[in-house]
Amino acid sequence: MEIKAGESYGFFTDTSVCIGCKACEVACKEWNQLEGNEPAFLADSFDNTGQLDAQNWRHVKFYDKVPDRPATTGNGTAFLMMSDVCKHCQHASCMEVCPTNAIIRTEFNTVFIQQDVCNGCRNCVAACPYSVIGINQKTGTAHKCTLCYDRLQGGLEPACAKACPTQSIQFGPLAQLQQTADARLEALHSQGATQAQLYGRDDKVYGGLNAFFLLMDKPEAYGLPNAENAVLPSRNNIGGYVGAVITAVVGVVAGLVAFRRRGMA
Amino acid sequence: MFLAAEHFVRAPDWEWFILGYFFLAGLSGGSYVIATLLRLSGDPRDEPAARTAFYASFVLILLCPVLLTADLGAGWWKFWHMLVNVTPGNAGLNFKYWSPMSVGVWLLLVFSIFAGLSALGAWLADRRGREGPPLFGPLSVAFNLVGALAGLFLASYTGVLLSVSNQPVWSDTWTLGGLFLASGLSGAAALIALLTRYRREAVYSLLRLRMADGYFSLLELILVIAFFVTVVNAGTGARTIATAPLWALALVGLAASLVGLRAEGRRMRPSGGGGGGAAVASVGANAVLVSVLVLIGVLALRAAVIFSGQ
Ligand code: SF4
Ligand code: SF4
Repeated sequence: MEIKAGESYGFFTDTSVCIGCKACEVACKEWNQLEGNEPAFLADSFDNTGQLDAQNWRHVKFYDKVPDRPATTGNGTAFLMMSDVCKHCQHASCMEVCPTNAIIRTEFNTVFIQQDVCNGCRNCVAACPYSVIGINQKTGTAHKCTLCYDRLQGGLEPACAKACPTQSIQFGPLAQLQQTADARLEALHSQGATQAQLYGRDDKVYGGLNAFFLLMDKPEAYGLPNAENAVLPSRNNIGGYVGAVITAVVGVVAGLVAFRRRGMA
Repeated sequence: MFLAAEHFVRAPDWEWFILGYFFLAGLSGGSYVIATLLRLSGDPRDEPAARTAFYASFVLILLCPVLLTADLGAGWWKFWHMLVNVTPGNAGLNFKYWSPMSVGVWLLLVFSIFAGLSALGAWLADRRGREGPPLFGPLSVAFNLVGALAGLFLASYTGVLLSVSNQPVWSDTWTLGGLFLASGLSGAAALIALLTRYRREAVYSLLRLRMADGYFSLLELILVIAFFVTVVNAGTGARTIATAPLWALALVGLAASLVGLRAEGRRMRPSGGGGGGAAVASVGANAVLVSVLVLIGVLALRAAVIFSGQ
């Protein structure tokens, strides 16, 4: 596949075929030279990574819904696995608030944090609705998936997509991925898996996600805000400032009333 | 607009430095506003208290950049990246009106200039032994008015900054900007009241500073109620439980100044005067206590909000 500047690229992550092998996590760490966090036993199903952060740019989530006495085979939904990643949102909350403009949209239409520009204010951490960004303890700057910006510039597909043995993670031009996803959804629906749904494929969630998903349950089950709750930080500017202005007016009047009060001595 | 958002967001770990900054920015902005309002009172005998407030505003604002830069993960010397875009090929100034942190950095700079010049003006006037109205008369009052606008912004934007995020509690309410402003004004009035102890002529304004503090606290109380209504409505009210002791401290501060308001109101009614000698003497001792409680409350309120959200 030829990777061209000026075109939109992304990931289509099909959770219905994820087997939870974590090859993506390993490939990501290897390519990006991420040391990983101190190993810890999380006692959380097969998940020992815990979360996306400065050291984990891919994280395979496990949602264990296997009943104690299985009556059916589960039909692919008793154990949900999902390789999570930065969504490279079209309307990116992180980018919206960043005061240094360290967060940019690249020539591949992905979201990238410039390490030499970031000053570690952490405003983006408070903004990203997917808990993607972490602060690297050594550099003090904000880190997350770069969608292998360096590999794309060199004409290579991202490490995670290349390593994924089941093609749960597919990389490519966004338009092409969307077509693939639509076909896959139709296939699943025709097989009776009516709960299957696409997340971030259209513009309902943050104007569309360059890294979008096929889910086997509703978004909330995977820890993803649904379309109604996918809201940008800037929504609160008007309310916040209007509240402040009203308080300022009342406060100034109250102060004047107090200070202009004269004694009658 | 304020949805009962499900929050899957990570905390930014804004802790002690940011708390300190929010506290000092609120007091500094508030002090400047109070100094300006005292000048607008039209009574030259309020000038000593006004000058005290300008000094306070300046000293406090000096500490703010120290705290802000100390909090930056990548080192304090990268603070200027907030002002100047260092992205290769994209050089220019950084200003995003939709990001309160970006706006706030500029306003902090602008306000510091006003606070510095106003403190200098007060010092020059003090040195020349000038009593009464400020140097340059109406021109300097106009200057103060613009500075006071910046002060109002500085004392409030920190609350808006918290709201403009996807954090639970913070982004679930519109009240934080107003709440921080009201409490900053109240804290500043308490601080100036406390400082009048060190400047005899400023004692003239003491009773009315107490009154103003009471009014500001009343406003703050209304906003605290609005805060809880909005947050509970959004379904994140339970997050404030862990910070209950801090909320309690904030309410003690509020109650102290409201009790003060009642007492001062009574004192002013008969023939107490803006600052009758006997009245002032009797108010002295508990004024210290009230001021200290109010200031602790102002700090606790910010801590309660900061730690409820993350
Ligand atoms: S998922 Fe988070 S970090 Fe990634 S682009 Fe969206 S807001 Fe930014
Ligand atoms: S931590 Fe860095 S990338 Fe994040 S908002 Fe601050 S300057 Fe921008």
